[in-house]
Amino acid sequence: MSDAAVADTRRLNSKPQDLTDAYGPPSNFLEIDIFNPQTVGVGRARFTTYEVRMRTNLPIFKLKESCVRRRYSDFEWLKNELERDSKIVVPPLPGKALKRQLPFRGDEGIFEESFIEERRQGLEQFINKIAGHPLAQNERCLHMFLQEETIDRNYVPGKWLSSPGLTVCLPSLSLTLGHTVGTLLRSSSLKRGRKLRAEGLGF
Amino acid sequence: MSFFGFGQSAEVEILLSDAESRKRAEHKTEDGKKEKYFLFYDGETVSGKVSLALKNPNKRLEHQGIKIEFIGQIELYYDRGNHHEFVSLVKDLARPGEFTQSQTFDFEFTHVEKPYESYTGQNVKLRYFLRATISRRLNDVVKEMDIVVHTLSTYPELNSSIKMEVGIEDCLHIEFEYNKSKYHLKDVIVGKIYFLLVRIKIKHMEIDIIKRETTGTGPNVYHENDTIAKYEIMDGAPVRGESIPIRLFLAGYELTPTMRDINKKFSVRYYLNLVLIDEEERRYFKQQEVVLWRKGDIVRKSMSHQAAIASQRFEGSSSHPEARTPGQPSDNNSRQ
Repeated sequence: MSDAAVADTRRLNSKPQDLTDAYGPPSNFLEIDIFNPQTVGVGRARFTTYEVRMRTNLPIFKLKESCVRRRYSDFEWLKNELERDSKIVVPPLPGKALKRQLPFRGDEGIFEESFIEERRQGLEQFINKIAGHPLAQNERCLHMFLQEETIDRNYVPGKWLSSPGLTVCLPSLSLTLGHTVGTLLRSSSLKRGRKLRAEGLGF
Repeated sequence: MSFFGFGQSAEVEILLSDAESRKRAEHKTEDGKKEKYFLFYDGETVSGKVSLALKNPNKRLEHQGIKIEFIGQIELYYDRGNHHEFVSLVKDLARPGEFTQSQTFDFEFTHVEKPYESYTGQNVKLRYFLRATISRRLNDVVKEMDIVVHTLSTYPELNSSIKMEVGIEDCLHIEFEYNKSKYHLKDVIVGKIYFLLVRIKIKHMEIDIIKRETTGTGPNVYHENDTIAKYEIMDGAPVRGESIPIRLFLAGYELTPTMRDINKKFSVRYYLNLVLIDEEERRYFKQQEVVLWRKGDIVRKSMSHQAAIASQRFEGSSSHPEARTPGQPSDNNSRQ
């Protein structure tokens, strides 16, 4: 065993990168815009909807482009579903603004332009944060929220099975989910005849 | 340790015979300060003298005996009362009697076994010290002198690289490689991270050195994790096929050798934690243990134990005795 006086700090050999990989579009493209707020209905039955437009090249999403209309309570529904079923720490929604719904206000209350804009920004931040989370991408509720015309509140909650392939079960990276730590295994990692390992929490 | 102005008292000092030539090493004390202590290795002789200076030159000092001890002990902070002594040597210097003038007493602890390295941690302390005691009826006069012990190893025969492919299905696949599994304290970690699949938006990547101190046994095991270093190795979003190099110099950090199950009381282990952080501050990480060992400054290859003792007799205590190979589970460190 040679007793090297100075350590060898030369880089380890690595494969040269394929140029199409280097200059091609990255495989992590995911953009969700919330825009075009529209107030529908009359009188006390009014509510505001927002257009949720998604563009992505992630294979887990069925549609590479989608555009749906959602209202604030739909976002609340999504937040509740994720808090119940997934192990992620769900980011906060912009406020419910109950005070703005009281009568005898000088302004338009929750239909005030500045308020709607504020809310739109908060919703955009919220949905982008969630949609990029690997564990949230496993939940059926997220896919329904983003890519189906209407939200079926009577749906069966569960995990989203993307196109099943013969993917290898890798030893995992761990992912911190707020304060808990877990190793993530997607349901798509089911090999024929092989049982799905339970997701372990705790480290 | 004496009644004020009452009777006779003495000042005790311990002096090493090779204080001029012996190297000193810095060691952190329990309250975080760094101090220098005389450095010893396993098998070296500890010799010197105890000097007794009478405070009142006209009075006699009555005593029940004078002795010097060499002690190696482990102290668990949650159990301060119990010191676990794994080395305990004593030499009597004087029988009960009295002194009328200041005196010195020579002592020598020959080829003392010092199986473990000195360690001051978060919940446990392992220390070696000389303790001179003048026994008296009412209260003893005690003087302690701490020394620091380093355990040396040689280049391990087997030192394979660590190479592993890990990931989150359909999301992030990487292959990481570190050039060795055992590093000495002044070594360089050379490695690389190769991206096989990147479907998340990565912001940056860092490598952390984590020290885990484990105390207690059975159901009362307690781990104390401490991040010794955080070193950013990549800033920005990688794509498939990219290779990110790692070059981390260990000499700049406060590290100790890996200590496994020392006297069945505690362990100190080190881990490399590779962390990727995405745009939303989510953290993806993989921890990997590495073994750290201490390289001697002058390593004598294939020196037999006898030769080591012999060279000590002729060259004095500045020679380095036989070095061990590091980090095997059934190692010298678990010596009883």
